[in-house]
Amino acid sequence: MLVVTLFVASFAIYTAMYLAPGNPIAALTGGRTPTPQAIQVLEERYHLNDPFLLRYARWLGNALTGDLGVSIPLRSDVSTLIRQRIGTTVQLVAFASLIIVVVGIALGVLGGLRRGVVDNVVIVLSTLSAAVPSFVASIILLSVFAVNLGWFPVLGGGDGFLDQVRHLTLPAFALAFSSIALVARITRAAVRDEMGREHVQTAISRGIPYPLIIRRHVMRNAAIPITTIVGITVASLFAASAVVERAFTLNGIGAYLIQAALSKDIAVVQGISLVIVAVFVVVNAIVDFLYATLDPRVSLGASAS
Amino acid sequence: MSLVELPTATVASSRRLLAGRGLPFLRGTGVVGHVSAFVLFCALLVAVFGATIAPHDPDLTNLSFAFVGRFQNHYLGFDSQGRDLLSRLLAGARSAILGPLAVVLLSMLFGTALAIATAWKGGRFDTIVSAALDVLFAFPAIVLAIIASVVIEPGLKAASLALAIAYTPYIARVLRSAALRERSRDYIAALEVQGLRAWVICVRHLGRNMVPLIVAQGTILFGYAMVDLAAISFLGLGVQPPQADWGVMVSTGQSGVLQGYPMESLCAGLCIVVVVIAVNLLGERLSDRSNLVTR
Repeated sequence: MLVVTLFVASFAIYTAMYLAPGNPIAALTGGRTPTPQAIQVLEERYHLNDPFLLRYARWLGNALTGDLGVSIPLRSDVSTLIRQRIGTTVQLVAFASLIIVVVGIALGVLGGLRRGVVDNVVIVLSTLSAAVPSFVASIILLSVFAVNLGWFPVLGGGDGFLDQVRHLTLPAFALAFSSIALVARITRAAVRDEMGREHVQTAISRGIPYPLIIRRHVMRNAAIPITTIVGITVASLFAASAVVERAFTLNGIGAYLIQAALSKDIAVVQGISLVIVAVFVVVNAIVDFLYATLDPRVSLGASAS
Repeated sequence: MSLVELPTATVASSRRLLAGRGLPFLRGTGVVGHVSAFVLFCALLVAVFGATIAPHDPDLTNLSFAFVGRFQNHYLGFDSQGRDLLSRLLAGARSAILGPLAVVLLSMLFGTALAIATAWKGGRFDTIVSAALDVLFAFPAIVLAIIASVVIEPGLKAASLALAIAYTPYIARVLRSAALRERSRDYIAALEVQGLRAWVICVRHLGRNMVPLIVAQGTILFGYAMVDLAAISFLGLGVQPPQADWGVMVSTGQSGVLQGYPMESLCAGLCIVVVVIAVNLLGERLSDRSNLVTR
């Protein structure tokens, strides 16, 4: 299923880009009128005259070996261009995921276990943060913490580990903001569900220490819906990071995808779209795999059917 | 809460929800639902009439007023180009609200049709369509919109179409399971025995019984559509400046933010946040209600 999805997705991306308006020869020559011989040379070098399916097959075959073609405006290898930038995006997504997991689950557990004021605060906070899009969060964080208070640098990526963390803190929070609410909400509902279960009630009535019940009986079972939502969220962060990278002028693949789309750099749009879709599919597959480890019933059920 | 209490509590709350007072189509959504609906109604009015009630020309630039604050009847001051901020907010509501509305209508149309068709036909048709939707599921909405901006052209139309397609699998998945549940009900079998044609049953009975769920899902989707569409405009691939739009304004105001004049970005951002909060709250209440009705 994974392979089929990727295959069809790659075909869809390639076909869409093939249909995009624009003439690669014009892009190559930069507006000058080329001689017929020059056109012929360029057509042969970039295989522009081959049938569509052959070009797709060549592109896919190369993509499988890590070669995503050549960016015609930059005359440079797309894979190299992506490799130079993907580090920033991975760091940003990892940082944001960490924030989402820690803050989201903490808020959700608090709201799930403590009824009353704490729960209401969690609900209000998550309703508010769910409605703040990442680009608005970026602007607010930039305005407050970078421009007015000057605690964090305004733009750019930074050098060295600590400096990078300092540069990525605001972007990561901006990226994490609305997802925290989602994770908190699901966690809260899952914890509350588990607290009401018979085995938990039995454990409480038998006087088993409260922390032990929470850890062994409540959290262990609540981990399954939480893993689902965290997985979906993290997978979607790769695409969402484009917005935040652009707002903070970080040099990641998301910002590069936007730049390529604006300048009609077909090969780069193809390459990065494929990478983002692949990451999304693979992360979802990993989550499916995690179910089986978290919940032995899942794998047992699958083998029985 | 023990297990014994749970059902009675649910029954009591559902009775309260369903019997509650309120406007006919909002019954059972409580005070929060009504307030949210009122906010959305106002937003819709601004979206339709905003450009006409704007006190000044939203596109009139006057560089000597750049970043000037509140001044005479310019209640929010000016942006970096010296354009009246309040007028731009009012005019920008149109694309920021009607755009997502079009997205929601389109994807609900696609999603509902696919959901009912697959649930009704089943078999190979269901397998193929569901597999195709699973592939589409792998494309994040923003990536699809970026691809559309290259293939068609950057603008509101391409972005809206891309988002409508990107959301269809989510809607179809949720509605398909509801349609399957509904299809297995006795009344559908009874209608079939009476010899009604399939599409009559689907549209008049099955589809009609799913309306509360469809409305709830559409409301929730509106929040996502609004955020994503504004994000795409923020990236420069949606509504094109100098046209006023909330997403574009957050982006054009960014230079002001860095110079210490965050009004434009913050006001436009605040407008988005307020509408999204209202949509989310209403959507939540509507979906709680539809769960109670279908159970």
